[in-house]
Amino acid sequence: MRTGTIREPQQRQSATPYRPAEPMALPEELRMLRDQVRRFVETEVTPNGLEWERTGLIPRAVFRKMGALGFLGMRHPIEYGGTDLGPLASMVFAEELGRSTFGGFTASVLVHTDMSAVHITRDGSPAQKARHLPPIIRGETICAIAVTEAHAGSDVAGLKTRAVRDGAGWVLRGSKMFITNAVHGDLIIVAARTDPEAKGSRGISLFLVDRHAPGVSVTALEKHGWLCSDTAEIVFDDVRLPADALLGEENRGFYGIMDTFQNERICVGGICAGETAKAIEVTLDYVKTRQAFGGTLWDQPVVRHKLASLACKAAAARQLAYQAATLAAEGRECIREVSMVKALAPEVLHEVVHGCLQLHGGTGFMRGTVIERMARDARILTIGGGATEVMLEEVAKRM
Amino acid sequence: MKVLVAVKRVVDYNVKIRVKSDNTGVETANVKMSMNPFDEIGVEEAVRLKEAGKATEIVAVSMGPQACQETIRTALAMGADRGILVLTDAELQPLAVAKILKVLCDKEQPGLVILGKQAIDDDCNQTGQMLAALLDWPQATFASKLELGVSDARVTREIDGGLETITVTLPAVLTTDLRLNEPRYASLPNIMKAKKKPIDTVDPASLGVDVAPRLSTLKVNEPAKRQAGVKVATVADLVAKLKTEAKVI
Repeated sequence: MRTGTIREPQQRQSATPYRPAEPMALPEELRMLRDQVRRFVETEVTPNGLEWERTGLIPRAVFRKMGALGFLGMRHPIEYGGTDLGPLASMVFAEELGRSTFGGFTASVLVHTDMSAVHITRDGSPAQKARHLPPIIRGETICAIAVTEAHAGSDVAGLKTRAVRDGAGWVLRGSKMFITNAVHGDLIIVAARTDPEAKGSRGISLFLVDRHAPGVSVTALEKHGWLCSDTAEIVFDDVRLPADALLGEENRGFYGIMDTFQNERICVGGICAGETAKAIEVTLDYVKTRQAFGGTLWDQPVVRHKLASLACKAAAARQLAYQAATLAAEGRECIREVSMVKALAPEVLHEVVHGCLQLHGGTGFMRGTVIERMARDARILTIGGGATEVMLEEVAKRM
Repeated sequence: MKVLVAVKRVVDYNVKIRVKSDNTGVETANVKMSMNPFDEIGVEEAVRLKEAGKATEIVAVSMGPQACQETIRTALAMGADRGILVLTDAELQPLAVAKILKVLCDKEQPGLVILGKQAIDDDCNQTGQMLAALLDWPQATFASKLELGVSDARVTREIDGGLETITVTLPAVLTTDLRLNEPRYASLPNIMKAKKKPIDTVDPASLGVDVAPRLSTLKVNEPAKRQAGVKVATVADLVAKLKTEAKVI
């Protein structure tokens, strides 16, 4: 149960839009994509997000609208209805979703587009792709990715959920924790151990699991932020899976997981770029109108220099993220750079949202203000997708 | 029937306009640019005509620097078939634009030309009317509804007193008002398809049009800042001030 009431915040268009400069050499189609996503976010998401926060549910119609606009297929092949764009498109998409100020919405969509269904495109058989990708791209089938367990988070190799051969198929037993889209989603991509004798990362396989198959049960979890997205613990109680549930090669799932993490981390760079810029915009609006000490807060050098300093850091983190996305798009080695993005951008985001909340004074502490929600929603980003501490180790290994 | 739509690249409606420090114009460096919203409505109307089987081809025209290609590309992503970019770095005033469009109409022979009623940068509201005069075609400006027949068009116009419905024979020039339609999104697959649609580039001289400005801008200033208000103690004070200072009652 949530306590307290959430009031309507001001949902007007900002008087002083703050937009960082467009990165150089961004292809024309991605600039056009940005415009379309921005319009969608401003007309379909921002005005409705509070209702979704109340109900903990993003209506299916929203996914279907995004599907019709092609937003959900940009990482999938053209033959199944996608547009086969690369990581730079994900970066732009994530950045514009981030500007919605509803982190739960952003997370729910990106889990679907960039963190779960991409496994089918990466490792699926032609039959699996033909069956699953079209409804995923249309927004009719919503996907989740289930890797994390209660005792295995960033330490993926420590996961314990088991899939055991049973005739032609498999039996799945175990549980997963903190899974986005698991309550209202349809298709879960589950990482399970298929060879208990193999060490750590070897012996893990991926499975396509129907969310409503017998033996699958979920418990919705209450969160600190991301209230409109559904997060759950999933229990697999001897779930029988057909032979074609296996996604990719048996015992080779770990590599797909690590590969997809790279994309997820670029998305986090995009989310942070969008959320930092929006938090600064929202705060500029506030401090330029809020009267104190005989003028606006903006008239105080300490206030405007604080915001300028946050804007500098946010712009630097954003550039790093665009560089990493560009390297990934060109197929170049970039694990270190992508890890740097994941280690840095969410930490900068924390500094920005809390700095911005501070400038809102007591208002920023109140439920219903945009910055209050943004501060809550930002909290998870230094943790999920590889905690800062784990990411720094990935950087250190490559120094 | 071929439909020609004019699309202008303007400062995005969401941008806070700044006057250049030397007062010669408005700052456009590093400013987000978009298609003029009224032109977007024009493209949408043309695409709807095509979907209804009333138009066979949509040609989108823009004029200005190379970056205007992106504005044309947006029109192509919405459903236009091909583009014409009139490439020039010169300042283009409405008369020059109308003259260029006239030459393009002579060449393309469209049955209908659709323009925005005005562009949100200079707010001139002249090009469509000038084009109709140059072509000696009927004009239907400020359109909020269009019913296209075979040889004529019935157009509802937004005028001061309300709505006026007129019939114009084709070919004709139409300018769009805000309520004509709500422009669609360009879907991502259509954005990708638009990359393959042709855009011809021509320069004004090759069309035989002298684009030299006929008007010169003397100075551009920011609007005066709003003065601070005053508080009055009583209703009587308020009434007195409204009478003597504001002179509104």
